[in-house]
Amino acid sequence: MSVRAALPDGVRTRSAAADDAAAPTAHDRASTLPRGARGRGRPGRRGRRRIAYLYLAPALGVYTLFVALPWVHTIWLSFYTWDGVTLGTWDGFGNYRDVLTDPTMLAALEHALGFIVFFSLLPIAIGLPLAAVVGAAGGKRRYPVSRAVLFLPQVVPLIAVGVMWRWMYAQNGLVNRILDAVGLRSVTRAWLGDFTWAYVAVGLVGTWVMTGLTLVVFQAGIQKIDTSLYEAARIDGAGPVREFFAVTLPGLRADIGVALTVTVIAALASFDVVYVTTGGGPGTSTIVPGVLIYQLAFTDGKVGAACALAVVLSALIALIVLAIGRLVREKP
Amino acid sequence: MSATATEPHRPRIPQRISVLAGPAVMAGFALAVVIPFISLLLAALNPSGALVSGFAWPQHPTLANFGAAWSAAGFGGLLRNSVVVILGLVPLSLLCAILAGYAFATMEFRGRTALFGFLLLGLTLPYEAAVVPLYYDLRSIGLTDTPLALILALTGLFMPFGAFWMRQQFLALPPELVEAAAMDGANSWTVLWRVLVPCTRPALTTLGLLYFLWGWNQFLLALVLIQDPAKRTAPAGLGFFVGAYSLNVPLLAAATLIVITPVVAVYLVFQRHFISGMLAGAVKG
Repeated sequence: MSVRAALPDGVRTRSAAADDAAAPTAHDRASTLPRGARGRGRPGRRGRRRIAYLYLAPALGVYTLFVALPWVHTIWLSFYTWDGVTLGTWDGFGNYRDVLTDPTMLAALEHALGFIVFFSLLPIAIGLPLAAVVGAAGGKRRYPVSRAVLFLPQVVPLIAVGVMWRWMYAQNGLVNRILDAVGLRSVTRAWLGDFTWAYVAVGLVGTWVMTGLTLVVFQAGIQKIDTSLYEAARIDGAGPVREFFAVTLPGLRADIGVALTVTVIAALASFDVVYVTTGGGPGTSTIVPGVLIYQLAFTDGKVGAACALAVVLSALIALIVLAIGRLVREKP
Repeated sequence: MSATATEPHRPRIPQRISVLAGPAVMAGFALAVVIPFISLLLAALNPSGALVSGFAWPQHPTLANFGAAWSAAGFGGLLRNSVVVILGLVPLSLLCAILAGYAFATMEFRGRTALFGFLLLGLTLPYEAAVVPLYYDLRSIGLTDTPLALILALTGLFMPFGAFWMRQQFLALPPELVEAAAMDGANSWTVLWRVLVPCTRPALTTLGLLYFLWGWNQFLLALVLIQDPAKRTAPAGLGFFVGAYSLNVPLLAAATLIVITPVVAVYLVFQRHFISGMLAGAVKG
């Protein structure tokens, strides 16, 4: 129990009882993993083993039937040319060649990767220093009301968020009114209909949705950093900036990993907001894989191509999430 | 740098700034989150079809839009359909997650690691990856256009997180609980429902709330699996409503607020559960 040893005396006595109660738990768990099967002399060991499958059956059954098999089916269909109605024909890797050469497909993948800037990097870049400021200024204060509000965008349906921002970005909407008010009337436009700016506008909706999440995650993370590290940094004469880079940032490693994982998945798999704000347009300027998969499969009759894109997208997400996990676990 | 004495534990910044900075930052961001909602609410208070502008109190505030949007989109039916999905989805998912988490946490059996890994594969899988064959497969067995399609598909998609979550909860309980009950001759079923489930009630509430939230907000699957307008869920209905009334800002705003209200109401009541749950298991948002 090295944690306990590191605590000042007063803390140790206060938490000793709780710690002692917890200690045997941790110990027991290590030594008796086959807990359920341990009933001494009970005839049930084999029975127990088989009964485990009964407990698993509903979850694994539903998961296999409605997630795993459809996913395998996605891979299967990705090798066919199929319009969803007539008989499909084998196409080998033809659909994958399209994913990697067709300009719309490539645009969709590029936009998804670009959304990482808006959904992940910006919210984290904003959330980190602000969480540090809040942690520094507030000590253990938790800001229950602000926290609750910051989480709101995570709670309301994204389709509603999209409708809301359609209005914010409209010709008469709040964004243009604010630009008007600060004398930038010449810049105002129907943002979501603009070939250059629609993508940025949609991306910033992602930033709006995700920043509150990162701020709350990091703020909770800072509360867990050992305060003695800050004292040590202070004794070494570190200023607030060096303290941020030397103590806060390394201390938040795991939390940054969580925030990155969640937001990157949201960026790559975005659908609702794009679907309702721009539908991928104007042209293909905001097309993302989610919307393109939907269009290809259900309006263009290119089921095979949609499935190939879906496979590439899932592989991309899995790879990036794995890479983030690696990066976070690695020692600095 | 005079903060050291009064701020012994936290990173320091000059005292005068530090007193205001925290609340200011938090309040500023809270405001940035709330303003679009208020803008939406103000728009909804205008008469239907009115030319609305930015962020102004309407000249003739009215609640008539809510009624108009309600009947135009048929929200009575849409909300009822959503409720049916939730009433099927949440208990079924919770039950499956409890049973699977229990087996993974307390039982030894062949293939445990492999099966758990198989389940966790689903954690990062986007909805887009399964939706296309799901539609064709479910249509071929006549399940599309039924709430059951959505209930079963979402239960499957939510299962990796739920089983993982419940396994964590059961692992965190002292093993003596199980052993003492087993010593008294209780079988695994009794141990689960009499001993373990009551001990994890707060975690179960959190999981149930997350399932409610994800199920209620799900758009893509609802859009694809249920094409019959009479059977759509509320978010899917809103999606179609946007297409039909895209220029009528007040009506659209009212419809959006109708769809938002149930989740926000539940969120405000169970706020702590939501935030702790989403912080703890923010893997699948």
